[in-house]
Amino acid sequence: MPPARLRDGELLSGAALAGLGVYIVSEASQWSFLGPTGPGPGFFPVCYGVAMVVLSLVLVGRRLFASRPARGGEAPNRHGVAVALLTWLAFALTIPLMKYLGFLVAFGLLTFFVVVVVFRRSIAAGVAAAVLCPAAFQLVFPVLLQVRLPVGRFGF
Amino acid sequence: MEAVRGLLHGFGVALEPVNLMWCVIGCFLGTIIGILPGLGPAATIAMLLPLTFRMDPTGGIIMLAGIYYGAKYGGSTTSILLNMPGEASSVVTCIDGYQMARKGRAGAALGIAAIASFVAGTIGIVILTFLAPPLAELALSFSSPEFFALMVLGLALVVLLAGDSMLKAVLALLLGLWLASIGTDLFTAQTRFTMGQSDLLGGIEFMVIAVGVYAITEVMLSIENREEARLLPVPRGLRNYLPSWEELKACRFAFLNGSLTGFFIGTLPGAASSVSSFVSYGIEKAVSKRPELFGHGAPEGLAAPEGANNADSSGAMLPLLSFGIPAGGSTAMLLSALILWGYRPGPLLIQESPDLFWGLVASMYIGNVVLLLMNLPLVPLFAQILRIPTHILFSIVLGVSIVGAYSVSGNLFDVLMLAAFGLLGYVMAKLSYPTAPLVLGFVLGDPLERAVRQSLTMSQGDPSILVARPIAAVILLVAAVVLCSPLIRRLVGAGRRTAAT
Repeated sequence: MPPARLRDGELLSGAALAGLGVYIVSEASQWSFLGPTGPGPGFFPVCYGVAMVVLSLVLVGRRLFASRPARGGEAPNRHGVAVALLTWLAFALTIPLMKYLGFLVAFGLLTFFVVVVVFRRSIAAGVAAAVLCPAAFQLVFPVLLQVRLPVGRFGF
Repeated sequence: MEAVRGLLHGFGVALEPVNLMWCVIGCFLGTIIGILPGLGPAATIAMLLPLTFRMDPTGGIIMLAGIYYGAKYGGSTTSILLNMPGEASSVVTCIDGYQMARKGRAGAALGIAAIASFVAGTIGIVILTFLAPPLAELALSFSSPEFFALMVLGLALVVLLAGDSMLKAVLALLLGLWLASIGTDLFTAQTRFTMGQSDLLGGIEFMVIAVGVYAITEVMLSIENREEARLLPVPRGLRNYLPSWEELKACRFAFLNGSLTGFFIGTLPGAASSVSSFVSYGIEKAVSKRPELFGHGAPEGLAAPEGANNADSSGAMLPLLSFGIPAGGSTAMLLSALILWGYRPGPLLIQESPDLFWGLVASMYIGNVVLLLMNLPLVPLFAQILRIPTHILFSIVLGVSIVGAYSVSGNLFDVLMLAAFGLLGYVMAKLSYPTAPLVLGFVLGDPLERAVRQSLTMSQGDPSILVARPIAAVILLVAAVVLCSPLIRRLVGAGRRTAAT
């Protein structure tokens, strides 16, 4: 039996997918479904959109009418999930930062965050990694492989 | 005879110094990726794909394929020495491999894993060599309805074999189909689901989805489930890696079992290589005269799954090279690479690009030998990779993912999408939605839509064309049976229970 939290996740994901299915069908119904030369651009999305609505409602229904979950089972690793999401947030924030500071600085900051905050290593280790990793990337990608890296306002 | 001629031609291509170099590099990178827990071949191929754009396609595909099957070799090292699968398909190797290592037979366990991988990998490639050309010839008689039916069968198998919940697998697949529809319709130039974003007019790049769903998600999951494990001592000297005669004798059926089970399960779209490992382990235990030793360091319990996960990669190449249908995430990357280089993977690939097709097949024979030579004497060296701190490794993976996504079109919007797909993959993993159907739904979305629309255009809107042609009808019937099989099993089970009471 899956834990209650997971089942709530199923309910939410089912509802979200049902919403997405409705959006797909409503958008696709504005485009040609079947024309004189064959199916139009709305044909395929309407087909899978309807299937998505039906199946996600089955998922929601199954969750709503299922018997209550048994107590116990594997406890969710809340701390682990929080750290993973924090890492993702740092990664996502690095992207707009790259527009202004460029890849090298933004990636250095991300590396520092991963080493010091996520893995709780010393600040000295974080600084060393934040300097050496971007330097290695600069050497491998633009210099050796001639692959472009995002450049910021300051030209690097 | 045609296959032998083609293979000889392929050896000529694969043995060219530059291609040989890419083969060795691919095998080397694959072994490293296989050894590192939390980084799979699909993510690696996705990250490295943009870097291969300037390479000769034959060399590029030889290297990427080397990463794919090389990872299967490397995965066993981590399983045996650390009791942690380096690669998803090496989960079963932990059971008996780690037990052998704990009993002081780590060298023999690594040797058996390398020999089983070599034997099964080679048998798998021999079957691929002789089965791919006739299958491709058969596929030449296919038209849009047959391809539609074939893709439906592929997706049905993906859904059936992808995870615990078929419903979630179908929903993930539908999500993949939707993502594939975003952009401009190829038939009418109608923009679809772009939400006013001009960056989405050309559609979403496959690489962005693949790197997000595989690499970023893998990093997040690894950070969440951080586990500390102790590396067992690595034996030194080639002699210590040779199994005893008794151990080899015990493994002789396991080599064959792993080869055949792995290859045929590998051909099924959606059947993860962990499936072939589990099945071959189950078969081995079922036919063994000493099943009580399984789980306590039985060499055949190590040889069968290790062989199966290597033969599996040759099996997965069969639908990719003959029909242009990928069997899983890694082969979807290879398909994408071929398309990006301007090839048409499918039945015409052998005729139109014999250098690439036969060069790839021949390189797999060479790669297997390279991997055997690399893995036996160099295991102590490779094992040192496990000492790389994870905080450095994950930072590098995040950095390479950014570079990979950005290099597709030099647009930071793609990197933002990469982050979004990383989060999507993580949420899917937490809610037990399989990601393979999403990726394959995205890869097959466009060709599937094209096939169904072309078929209905051919018949002027009459849907009976999809079932009127015999081959298409049979394939669709098989797909229907596959999709209904859980329901059929449940009904049969209920009937039996009623009869028993």
